[in-house]
Amino acid sequence: MLRNPTILHLAAVAALTIPACLAAEGPFFITYTHQMEEPGNLEIATNSVTGQPASGNRFFGAATEFEYGLKAWWTTEVYLDGQSTQSDSTIFTGYRWENRIRLLPREHLINPVLYVEFENINGADKSLLEVVGHDSQDDLAQPNSDARLDKQREIEAKLILSSYAKGWTIAENFITEKNVHHEPYEFGYSVGVSRPLALAARPERCNVCPENFQLGLEMYGGLGTHADFGLTDTSHYVAPTLAWTLANGTTFKIAPGFGITGASVPFLLRFGVSYEVAQFGRAARHLFGGH
Amino acid sequence: MQRSYRLIGIAILAAAAAAQSPVQMAPAKFANRTNPYEGSETASMAGAKLFARECAACHGANGEGLEKAPSLRRPEVSNATPGALFWVLENGSLRNGMPSFAHLPAPQRWQIVTFLRTLSSTARPAPGP
Repeated sequence: MLRNPTILHLAAVAALTIPACLAAEGPFFITYTHQMEEPGNLEIATNSVTGQPASGNRFFGAATEFEYGLKAWWTTEVYLDGQSTQSDSTIFTGYRWENRIRLLPREHLINPVLYVEFENINGADKSLLEVVGHDSQDDLAQPNSDARLDKQREIEAKLILSSYAKGWTIAENFITEKNVHHEPYEFGYSVGVSRPLALAARPERCNVCPENFQLGLEMYGGLGTHADFGLTDTSHYVAPTLAWTLANGTTFKIAPGFGITGASVPFLLRFGVSYEVAQFGRAARHLFGGH
Repeated sequence: MQRSYRLIGIAILAAAAAAQSPVQMAPAKFANRTNPYEGSETASMAGAKLFARECAACHGANGEGLEKAPSLRRPEVSNATPGALFWVLENGSLRNGMPSFAHLPAPQRWQIVTFLRTLSSTARPAPGP
């Protein structure tokens, strides 16, 4: 992705000279809130997951994200996915391009956001950025050489509903996904609730202030397909989450996830790090002589 | 003819609404809210820290305004009620490019408001991020 020296130079200059902001998504890995990326800001993040299906080898899936605020109401994001499976191989599995559009200009009790994503990944993808349909741990046990032959060009849509109330963040996502060539509509959900350890900020610049920590709980899973809607043979996970933001804006996240149905991977450990570069767009315009 | 006048009236009202500063758009019930940290030096310092992290990249380290983001030292801002500033932080002004900061807990937004009140009277630079 960053092989072009100009882009590398730009990224390095931006990271060194531009102030950082608080990363956008709180402690969640799967659930989106209605918080949008600030216009001109670029968030760079990696979110990883490791687990072991009952009949397969341990895997490590990773997604690298580049999230950019185009408008105050429109955020766009590109993901590059890859995975490594023990006693198998390490492969690049594809990319995703998502757009989130905030539907209402003011804050309300419940705030809707429309999410549309195009995925061009293969069947070996193990980043598990969402769980839909009848996704199960058996899908993760196939050898990479077989699974990567399955091309998955999919359109995914989400209705994101979220609220902020008395320091609490409450979010619900309803997901539908469709392979553009074949296969039925698949459905899924994720819900999350989180809260910082302190609501007011301390006056001093600090890394270990309570307001820098956010605790949360996520639950996500599949809801079958349009022909077979329901909970039968679907995966579901419950995951407590913790996010820690340093004074320089770097955020670390971790979430141990517990599979609660037979189709689920028994245990998933997610972890991630993100850094938000403030006004990256302005710096890029100046670098290339714009105003 | 009457329909044309109505359309022109609607267009004028829409243009007037678009020309309004976001602080002028705060509903009265919000604008009249009082800041629980009013006059608190500690809250102002915490607000300065939050301002540096959340606002300075667009509005400048001293709130002087940069490119599309206006100065926060304008009379419209310094004369605005704390409740109106709080409302703008909560809702943003999406059409003008300012995002909502509702993800910040209410006490942190009040801390930023407390700091904003000091901007017009002092030239204290906000601490770096």
